[in-house]
Parts: sequence; C-alpha cells; structure tokens
Amino acid sequence: MSKLRIIANGIIKDNPTFILVLGMCPTIGTTTSAINGMGMGLATTFVLILSNVFISLLAKMIPDKVRIPAYIVIIASFVTVLELLMQAYVPDLYAALGLFIPLIVVNCIILGRAEAFANKNTPLDSACDGIGIGLGFTLALTVIGMVRELLGNLSFFGIKLAEGGDGMLAFVLAPGGFIVLGYLMVIFRKLINKKA
Amino acid sequence: MPKESTLRSMVLCLFLVCLVCSALLGGVYVLTKGKIDQEQIRKTNNAIALVTPEFDNAPSSEKMSVEIDGKDITVYPARKGGQTVGYAVESFTSKGFSGTINIMVGFDMDGNIIGTSVLSHSETPGLGAKMTEPAFYTQFIGKNPASFRLAVRKDGGDVDAITASTITSRAYCDAVDRAYRVFQKIMDNTSK
Repeated sequence: MSKLRIIANGIIKDNPTFILVLGMCPTIGTTTSAINGMGMGLATTFVLILSNVFISLLAKMIPDKVRIPAYIVIIASFVTVLELLMQAYVPDLYAALGLFIPLIVVNCIILGRAEAFANKNTPLDSACDGIGIGLGFTLALTVIGMVRELLGNLSFFGIKLAEGGDGMLAFVLAPGGFIVLGYLMVIFRKLINKKA
Repeated sequence: MPKESTLRSMVLCLFLVCLVCSALLGGVYVLTKGKIDQEQIRKTNNAIALVTPEFDNAPSSEKMSVEIDGKDITVYPARKGGQTVGYAVESFTSKGFSGTINIMVGFDMDGNIIGTSVLSHSETPGLGAKMTEPAFYTQFIGKNPASFRLAVRKDGGDVDAITASTITSRAYCDAVDRAYRVFQKIMDNTSK
C-alpha cells in the first residue's frame, strides 16, 4: 500500500470520528469552538504519530502478554511531554483544553491504532497512518466545532458575526454536540458512498 | 529480547520501557520548567496590573497569605512611593457550574473594587464563560461592597446576572465577596 494511500485512508475511509466512531468523549467535550476542536485534533495527531512510530519499532520486542501496559506507558509519556510543552509555549490553548489533554492517554483512537495498525506494520507506514488518522480527527473536530460555534455562539473561529446575538445555546452544550455530530456523520457517509 | 511471554522477558521489557519513558519525562520537565514558571508569573502580574491602582513595586515578590474560611488566600500589595495604594486578592469560589473559579480582585485603600479578572475557570462556553466578557465584569468596577450588595438581583443584590447563567453569576459574587472579606481582615490587622 502506498504511503499516500494510507494517509488518505485515515482521513476518509477510516475517518476516526465519522466512520470508526472512536474517541467520542473528546469529540463532544472539546468541539465547543472551532479553535478548540482544531487544537485538540492537532494535539492528538502529535501523540498519535509518535506513539505509532515507537510502538511499531518496539512491537517485535514486547512480549504479547504485557503489550497493552507497555503501550499505555509509551502513550502516557508522549501525552505528558505534550502537556508540558503546551503549558510552556501555548498556555492559552492549554487553558482552554484543560482536562482533555491528559485524557488523550485513554483516547481509544491511539491505543486502537497501536493495536490495529502500528504493531503489524513498518515504522514509516505507521507514521503515515498516524498522520492520516490524526488529520482525519482534526478535520472532523474542526468542522464539528465550526458548526457548533456558528449555531450556538454566532461566531466563526472566535470572530463574532452578529453583535448582541446569542445563537442557539443548546448547540454549545453536549446535546447540541451530539445532534451536530449525527448530521455531519450522515453527510460525510453520503459523500463517500457517492465517490465509491 | 525474546517475544514469548516468560516472566523474565515481561519484567525486563516493562522495566526498560518505564525506565526510558521516565528519563524522557524528566528531561522534558527540566527543559520546560523555567518557561512554565515564567508564564505563570507573567499571567499573575498581568492580572494584578489589571485590578489594582497604579503601582511601582513588584507585588508578586511581596505576596502574603491571609487565612479565610479555613483556606489560605494569596494577597499582593500594590505600593507607590512606599505607600500601600491597594491590594490584589487571588480569590476563588467552588460554587461555579463546573469546578473552581479563580478570580483576582483588586481594591483601593477605601475598599472600592478597582477591577476583577478571571484567572482560571471551566464554565460552559457561551453561557457561564461570559463572565470573562466586559459586559458582565465591568459592573463591579468602582463599586464598594460596603454599600454594593454582592448578590444577583434575583437574590436581592445589586449584580446583574448573566442571562441563563445565574449559578455562575452567584459564584462570581461569592468569589468577590470572599476577596472583600480578605481585604477587610487585612485592614483590621493593619489598623490595630
């Protein structure tokens, strides 16, 4: 499989949010605005690429029965590295995402890709898979965030479009998140089926 | 290293993975610590400058601790020409809609609120998070809690609540009120 194909698969055919439906907690929790969704997506991508590469490198050396604890330690280390770096260099984004950064450790997309892809493929392929899945996640989160922000807050990437208006607040809250996610999932799958 | 799961290989593998990971974390921690502390101080200093009268000392290096409700609250004195001109109180409330809200509240020597600034919170965006917008927090500026009742109108106070976010508005009042009690305690102690 070519590298490009792997990346494209992660974004479209195996899109973690719209097709695999993994990692719903951070999806609903962080997409209250487009910027937050994008930040969360990129943070996850960073961890995903690193953990995929290292797990595919180490997969042959880790005994089967302890592979999950070993993977979790590796993933948790990268998440903590990311957390420290964000605190130091992008404190505002860190403050906005707060609790969801440490929670990347238990994001099932990352452990899922480690199990389903990285431990069976070469480091380079795994890196491509990390990029693809990561970008797919980022794209999905950004779009969901954009729609929710627009409907709920009448703003676009933090820029207020209508002064004084309040929007439909329900969309900023969790129930609105699920509604937006559901409709976007339908649209996404419809578009993909047409192509295929 | 063998791939089959013998006790020896499992222990060895986990030991090595943990060893390398902790070394990595230690390294990154050391590298970022200075920058994170700096960022924290800068944030605190900005908040102090927002909520106190003009000063020429370094309030963050003269901070003191005042106990109220069984908790230690950090207070930053603002001085100009050696004269204390006001205090910035790093207050908090646990009555928010989700989690603790930390608010810096500044007073001049007569107890007038110079300003309030939210340091950290996890209120709902679009609802409670509106407390960080001027439309809400400017109503505290220049008010003296001795005559200005720190409660939302619904509860018989003088504060205009944020629409659909009464809990957050109440919490904000609670934090400002706590700051005022800290301020009073300082004034009582210094006048004795």
